[in-house]
Amino acid sequence: MKIKISKIFKQTKIKMKIKNISKAWYFVLIMLIIYSALYFLNPNLFNKSINFFTNIIIKIIPIFILIFFLMIIMNFFVTTKTITKHFKDKKIKAWFFAIISGIISTGPIYMWYPLLKNAQEKGVSHGLISCFLYNRAIKIFLIPIMIFYFGIKYILILSVLMIIMSIIQGITINKFLGEKQK
Amino acid sequence: MEEDISLKQAISKAWKGFSRTIPMILGTLLLVSLASFIPKSFYLTIFQGTFLDPLIGAIIGSISAGNPITSYIFGGEMIKNGVGLMAVTAFIVSWVTVGTIQLPAESMILGKKFALIRNLLSFISAIIIGALTAILIKII
Repeated sequence: MKIKISKIFKQTKIKMKIKNISKAWYFVLIMLIIYSALYFLNPNLFNKSINFFTNIIIKIIPIFILIFFLMIIMNFFVTTKTITKHFKDKKIKAWFFAIISGIISTGPIYMWYPLLKNAQEKGVSHGLISCFLYNRAIKIFLIPIMIFYFGIKYILILSVLMIIMSIIQGITINKFLGEKQK
Repeated sequence: MEEDISLKQAISKAWKGFSRTIPMILGTLLLVSLASFIPKSFYLTIFQGTFLDPLIGAIIGSISAGNPITSYIFGGEMIKNGVGLMAVTAFIVSWVTVGTIQLPAESMILGKKFALIRNLLSFISAIIIGALTAILIKII
C-alpha cells in the first residue's frame, strides 16, 4: 500500500514537472530533432546551419545582457499601480500618459486585461485603451536587438509613426464606439 | 494590484520573463539558421515585388504569434533575402499590434466590437506604416 502511494505520488510529481515545462521548449526539441535528422541526411547543410547559428548567438549575447538589465530597470520603476494612478488624467495629458505607459509597460498582455477592463468601467475612453494597447508594441528593452537588425534610423522612424498611428487609431475608435462605455 | 517592488523582486521578475523568452529565441534562431539557406527564389515566390507585398506581409504577421523578437529575427532574414522594406515593416508591425490569438480573450474582457475594430484598424495601419516607413527612410 505504502509503495503504491509513493508510486502515485512520484508519477504525479513527474506529470506536474512536465506540465511546468514551457511549451516553447517543445519547439526547441522539434528543431533539435530536425537538426539530428539533417546530420545524417545532409551533413553539409547541417554544418553550414550550425556555423550560422553559432555566429548569430555570439553576436546576440551582449544584446541580450543589455535587454536583461533594461527589463530589471523597467520592472523596478513601472508597476500597474503607477500606471493606473495616471490613467484618468484629462485630455492631452491622458493621451500622453496612455502612450508612455503603453511603451514602458511590461509583462504579458493578459496581465493587463483586468486593469483595462476596470479602467473601461470607470469611464476611461475606448480610444485611450486602444492607444495604450498599440503602444505596447514599442518595446524599449527590445530596441537594441531591433537596431542590430534594422539600424537606428529605421527604429526612430518606425517608433514615431507607430506613436502617431496609435493616436489616430484611438480617435477613430472613439468615433466608432463613442468615448465612454455604454 | 501590483504594489511597488524591491530591486530583488524586479530582478526575479525580469529573470522569469527572460527565461520564458530563451527557448523561443533558441528555437527561432535554429529555424532561421536553417531558413538562411533557403534560396532567395523561395521568398520571391511569396513576395513578388508588387503592391501586394505589404498586404501579404501584414497577413502573415497577423496570423503569427510569439515574442516580438521572433518577428525581428525573421524580418531581418527577409530583408537579407531581398524582400522589400515595406512588406517586412508591415509584417513586423502586424505581428506586434494585431492579436489574432488573443482576440477571443480581448473580445470577452474588453468587448467584441472594441476588439474587432481595434484589430482591423491595427491591420490596416500596419500596411500604412509599412508604406510610410519605406518612403521616409529614402527621404530622410
